[in-house]
Amino acid sequence: MKSGSFQRLVEVGRVVLINSGSDAGKIATIVEIVDHRRAIVDGPTTNVKRQVVPLNNVVLTDIVVKSLPRAIGSKRLAVFLEKNQVVEAWQKSAWAKKIDARQRRANLSDFDRFKLMRLKKQQRNIVDRQVALLKKERA
Amino acid sequence: MAKSAHKNQLAPGISRLSRSKVFSKRAAYKIVKDGKAKVAETEKPKKAEAPVSERSDLVKALTAESNSVYPVSTIPKSKAGRKAIRAPKLRQSITPGTVLILLAGRFRGKRVVFLKQLKSGLLLITGPFKINGVPLRRVNQAYVVATSTKVDISGVKIDAKVSDEYFKGEKEAKPKGDEEEFFGKDAKKKEHPAHKIADQKVVDKEIVAAVAKVPFLASYLASSFSLSKGQAPHTLKF
Repeated sequence: MKSGSFQRLVEVGRVVLINSGSDAGKIATIVEIVDHRRAIVDGPTTNVKRQVVPLNNVVLTDIVVKSLPRAIGSKRLAVFLEKNQVVEAWQKSAWAKKIDARQRRANLSDFDRFKLMRLKKQQRNIVDRQVALLKKERA
Repeated sequence: MAKSAHKNQLAPGISRLSRSKVFSKRAAYKIVKDGKAKVAETEKPKKAEAPVSERSDLVKALTAESNSVYPVSTIPKSKAGRKAIRAPKLRQSITPGTVLILLAGRFRGKRVVFLKQLKSGLLLITGPFKINGVPLRRVNQAYVVATSTKVDISGVKIDAKVSDEYFKGEKEAKPKGDEEEFFGKDAKKKEHPAHKIADQKVVDKEIVAAVAKVPFLASYLASSFSLSKGQAPHTLKF
């Protein structure tokens, strides 16, 4: 049962999103806790090398890999992750989708932005027309 | 020593010899500026040679003119410059067919197609004219943003005659008309040379065909670029 004010705990098996450093934007799993500030994190399926990471550089997600043995090796961790479909669960989450949308928007070329504007206009046109008709009916 | 050694300056900034004395000491009258050597020079040595037998060596040394012993300075030679004049390197992002955004000039904001770099380094561009009214024109790389959008102009052949010379304006006779001539009812509009219109059509024909193949590209080229609220050029990807 989840109780208390903290819903996401730093624990072995907790999936985290790395915020800063060369692995920024990738998810990894807490494999061992060093102290109140640091943890050993590993992401064999997401290209994150096994490393000690300050917990300030990391954000806890909702995903936990249940009953993960402490200090598990990378190879066996990969098996666990596949079995629990961790990466898929992350990619399905609204959080991951928002990040992806943000990146896509930032990487639009000038032509892409133009096409986007035109398509939005088309959409608006269709919707507004229907709304106008409905308003007319109701009036 | 024949001459006692004098300090060059009496005090800092004040030289011992006056300007005219320095001039004659340096024999600056002999320094050739335009390549015209003074003819009077040849007469001088003859005068000094006349009573040779009577002069002793000491007297000769004392009265010897400096220019007969030391070589006179020649035309000052300018230093060889090491700057090479060559066309500026073309940015890697600009290749034939790239859509460019013009940043300055008459057509600022317009999106145009890049054709090739001319010998002077300027970029040859075209609207195409039918799409956005930009003719065959030269533009400087520095005043252009290269987008990542490319038009396939591999099949387009640009005549070699379209070069820097092609764009140099013809020298016109000075306009000596009065107001009426310019603004009156019968004012003649300067006609654009017909051969340039023809050249434009030839180049644009295939480009317009290539543009038509890509959806939205024609209207993209017809529109102008502008920044809206919240957009900053350094954060945008082109």
